[in-house]
Amino acid sequence: MVDIPEHLLQRSAEARAKALGISVEQAMAEMKGQSDPTIISKEPEVKVIDETPAPAAETPAPATETPAPAAETPAPAAETPAPAAETVAPVKEEHAAETTEKVAAVKIEEKAPIAKTPPPAKADAPDEVDFAPDVKVTQRLLTVVKAKPIQKPVKEPIDKVNTWPHLMLPEFVALMAMTAFLIFLSAILQAPLLEEANPNVTPNPAKAPWYFLGLQEMLSYWDPQIAGVMIPTVVGLILWMAFPYIDRNPETHPSKRKFAIMFYTFFLAGAGTLTIIGVLFRGPGWNWVYPWIDGIWFDDLLDWIHFE
Amino acid sequence: MSFRDRLKETRAKASDGFRGGKLMSSIFRPGSPFRKGYVDSPRNRSYVVMNNVLYHLHPVKVKRHGVRLSYTLCLGGLSFFLFIVLTITGIWLMFYFRPTELAYVDIQNLQTTIAFGSLVRNMHRWGAHLMVLVVFLHMSRVFYHGAYKAPREFNWVIGVILLLLTLLLSFTGYLLPWDQLAIWAVTVGGNMAGYVPVVGAQVKFGLFAGLEATTATLLRFYVLHVLFFPFIIVIFMAVHFWRVRKDGGISGPL
Ligand code: HEM
Repeated sequence: MVDIPEHLLQRSAEARAKALGISVEQAMAEMKGQSDPTIISKEPEVKVIDETPAPAAETPAPATETPAPAAETPAPAAETPAPAAETVAPVKEEHAAETTEKVAAVKIEEKAPIAKTPPPAKADAPDEVDFAPDVKVTQRLLTVVKAKPIQKPVKEPIDKVNTWPHLMLPEFVALMAMTAFLIFLSAILQAPLLEEANPNVTPNPAKAPWYFLGLQEMLSYWDPQIAGVMIPTVVGLILWMAFPYIDRNPETHPSKRKFAIMFYTFFLAGAGTLTIIGVLFRGPGWNWVYPWIDGIWFDDLLDWIHFE
Repeated sequence: MSFRDRLKETRAKASDGFRGGKLMSSIFRPGSPFRKGYVDSPRNRSYVVMNNVLYHLHPVKVKRHGVRLSYTLCLGGLSFFLFIVLTITGIWLMFYFRPTELAYVDIQNLQTTIAFGSLVRNMHRWGAHLMVLVVFLHMSRVFYHGAYKAPREFNWVIGVILLLLTLLLSFTGYLLPWDQLAIWAVTVGGNMAGYVPVVGAQVKFGLFAGLEATTATLLRFYVLHVLFFPFIIVIFMAVHFWRVRKDGGISGPL
């Protein structure tokens, strides 16, 4: 049996002594198995709760139906309300989590007229009124249950490594590599700067930044019904945000989410194709051009790439 | 003892004295490799993160598969890092740039007369293109890993907002050189915004501060570009990183 702390034994012994009308020492001895248990079947000293309503002075809010809160609880561990039909009232787990240890108790009912069970105590009634009045209840200690947390965190062992140096060093290297790459790029490629802005001179073609060129290319197909492009774009963006709530498949392995993978890959391919067409294959009047024949019609690239 | 050995010893002593001194101890918290007496032990490895401002970004330990470069390809980290590079170069550019009729001249001067002006401008511009690309690749990485699934759904939502903000930052910056490329690209882009259903005309008017791109648009884009969008994106990034940790670190392994 579990090793029960002394103070809990003491508390149980006191409760038992009170319930059975014996001395604490006797109760303790019984619990430790040093003497025969007292038989309680005949006429145990129990309190019977009266059904008469409590005097107004004791109930703050005059609730007519509330049973009397006056009666004393026979045993200290009787926090759990037990329906009249049940015999064993297990200690609720939530309560167990709050206190460190708790005593489980059994309610022995002398007579339990189920029909007479009054309505459950109102919220403003004190905690002690938690069993059916009219029922004689005694408590006998069966065992002491060690409290456990309600949520038992089942920790699966995860293979982890120290962030320093195993993550931070690679990050640092990536950062340095990126800086080096960017400086190198900036040293060899000159960012474009054309003539000063002039609202009166429209270049032909006028192109958006590259990340919008796929969209611009699509607009060129549906020019009269522009809404046919912009509505899907706006709606698509909202749907894109909602995507995790739409795709409820919990699998992450590619072989188990073939549709999602296919969907995104088609999206990538489509967006990529449209963007490349918009950047390289569209010339004056948004007509089709071949960059290797007609040159590049995208000013962002113009300054530093020369085919010829 | 040779002269070299003595020199070495003197240097080691000086370094120890400096690293163990009050100044360094006040700057670097216990466990820092910059303090005297750092030895490579599991405890100190934990302290490097725990006693450091980095603890706001990184936990002490991470999943082993997450540090494999091939898992995240460091794309999220690089998006963030590019943003920092753009902030630094951008602030530097602000010293030489006025969002008025003079904008174009300022850029010309930057390229021709200011030391490193051309390099920093190029870094800012290519860095911005790169950031759009890297954020997009990061999103693709997340998608292919199914890393947006529970409990990470909301971080995906924040991610899409970050993508949108990245595009808006890039787009507002596009106008600032005030050359033909800038004004017409923004005109085309702004006209596309005009096709947004229902509120298109209003969106376009608000974007251009009028019916077409003028210097009023330039000022508007400038303020959005250097102040408003960076401010917003930093907030969303903070939430994004916080959620990465609160959702149990990096997803996976597959
Ligand atoms: C400014 C843009 C962004 C920055 C700076 C950023 C940064 C990061 C970082 C540093 C991580 C940690 C893991 C990694 O490096 O992959 C991460 C994870 C994540 N990001 Fe982003 N991100 C950005 C945009 C996005 C976008 C556009 C999306 C999707 C639409 C997104 C969705 C996610 C998700 C779902 C995770 C968790 C991934 C996992 O646990 O494997 N982020 N982000």
